[in-house]
Amino acid sequence: MHQIEYAAPGTLAAAVALLGERRGSASILAGGTDIIVQAREGRRRPALLLDVKKIPELTSIRTAADGGLIIGAAVPCARLCAHGDVARLYPALIEAAGLIGGTAIQSRASLGGNLCNASPAADSIPALMALGAVCEIAGATGTRELPAGEMCTGPGANALREDELLVALRLPPPVANSAAAFERFTPRNEMDIAVCNCAAGVTLSADGATFISGRIALGAVGPTPLLAEEASAALAGKPVTSSTIKQIAGMAAAAARPITDMRGSAAQRRHLAEVLTRRVMERAVARAKGAQA
Amino acid sequence: MSTRTQVGARINGEDTEFLCEPRQSLLEVLREGLGLTGSKEGCNNGNCGACNVIMDGSLVNSCLVLAVEAEGREIQTIEGLASGGALHPIQHAFLEGAALQCGICTPGFIMSAKALLDHEPEPTEERVRRWLAGNLCRCTGYDKIVRAVLDSSVQMRDTARSDGGRS
Repeated sequence: MHQIEYAAPGTLAAAVALLGERRGSASILAGGTDIIVQAREGRRRPALLLDVKKIPELTSIRTAADGGLIIGAAVPCARLCAHGDVARLYPALIEAAGLIGGTAIQSRASLGGNLCNASPAADSIPALMALGAVCEIAGATGTRELPAGEMCTGPGANALREDELLVALRLPPPVANSAAAFERFTPRNEMDIAVCNCAAGVTLSADGATFISGRIALGAVGPTPLLAEEASAALAGKPVTSSTIKQIAGMAAAAARPITDMRGSAAQRRHLAEVLTRRVMERAVARAKGAQA
Repeated sequence: MSTRTQVGARINGEDTEFLCEPRQSLLEVLREGLGLTGSKEGCNNGNCGACNVIMDGSLVNSCLVLAVEAEGREIQTIEGLASGGALHPIQHAFLEGAALQCGICTPGFIMSAKALLDHEPEPTEERVRRWLAGNLCRCTGYDKIVRAVLDSSVQMRDTARSDGGRS
């Protein structure tokens, strides 16, 4: 690796000040599972690695005033997946985050890193989108919020300005009769990168017969993880039946813009988008009705 | 521009001070600075697990940890497992079960197995296989490794039981 400097400030204010001073030449170091490899291979050449793991806001999981959770951007997946409130409120997030790498990667990799690294195939991003997660961002001019689905702007590119860092992901409290689910397709069960992944969040009427709303997000079928907007919007008011789910899955697959590469062909990915959307919707519906799905 | 930094960590139970560059990985410093060559460099990008060590109780790829991040941390490497010339039960089970051939992946597998058994003394076979998914072996075909980990978990439980609360 090229010569770098290292800093590990203990406060958010100090980190933001440092980013402001070093505009563009600093990279954030959370779990390091992407940035260390990229710096070693010369794909990124930061002059400074800014370790954010000593900043309380980035390393804690807190309950928000509305009952949702605020997850520090640098919380490692292993801690996230072992957290009782996350398991209870957002099992879809654990299904996704728990698939990122093997045991040693889980000890370090974070939601914030997965999101900001902006891989089109990142596993946690469709889940964050389906759950309606909001990014809490701090920068030289103050703080701002951004829907998680707007963070990725292209392969490996994110919406943060040079002076900004992602502090936490805020998850809204689940409303009644709602749930989400996540699945991915890989040739190997673990330590693999998605050929396609998908998350769906649904809200049903109190009797479980009608979709009130939904959000379907797909990964590895476009330059960024994408929200299947038409399919999501079309859910409202439809009966909770397998034919609705089939129709919506077809619309979601039509929103996919896959390429052919070493992991799969465009046609296979489009097919997977349909199959995975159907499966996650079925599981999300079962969960919303109180089943252990 | 020299950016050499002094780092203090507890490595295999001993307080250790070393100087390193921020660009150096923990693996690099263990092997080249401290002479602890048991941790191996396989892929150097987090895929193979040959460099796995335990940091503050968590299994990590030491190639994906900067040495400067080890400040104030507790690190266990393969060199710290045997005590007073007696092999750790996991090491013993790997030898008994012929769970290694060329051996380069073995320290990583053993540290991963130790992290698992520290957390879960009675894992199922499926749990062992999932836990070890981040360790690659190109010789054994994994079956003997998985059996050795399961055997050592039984043996460690038996030993704990016969110690009967002495420790």
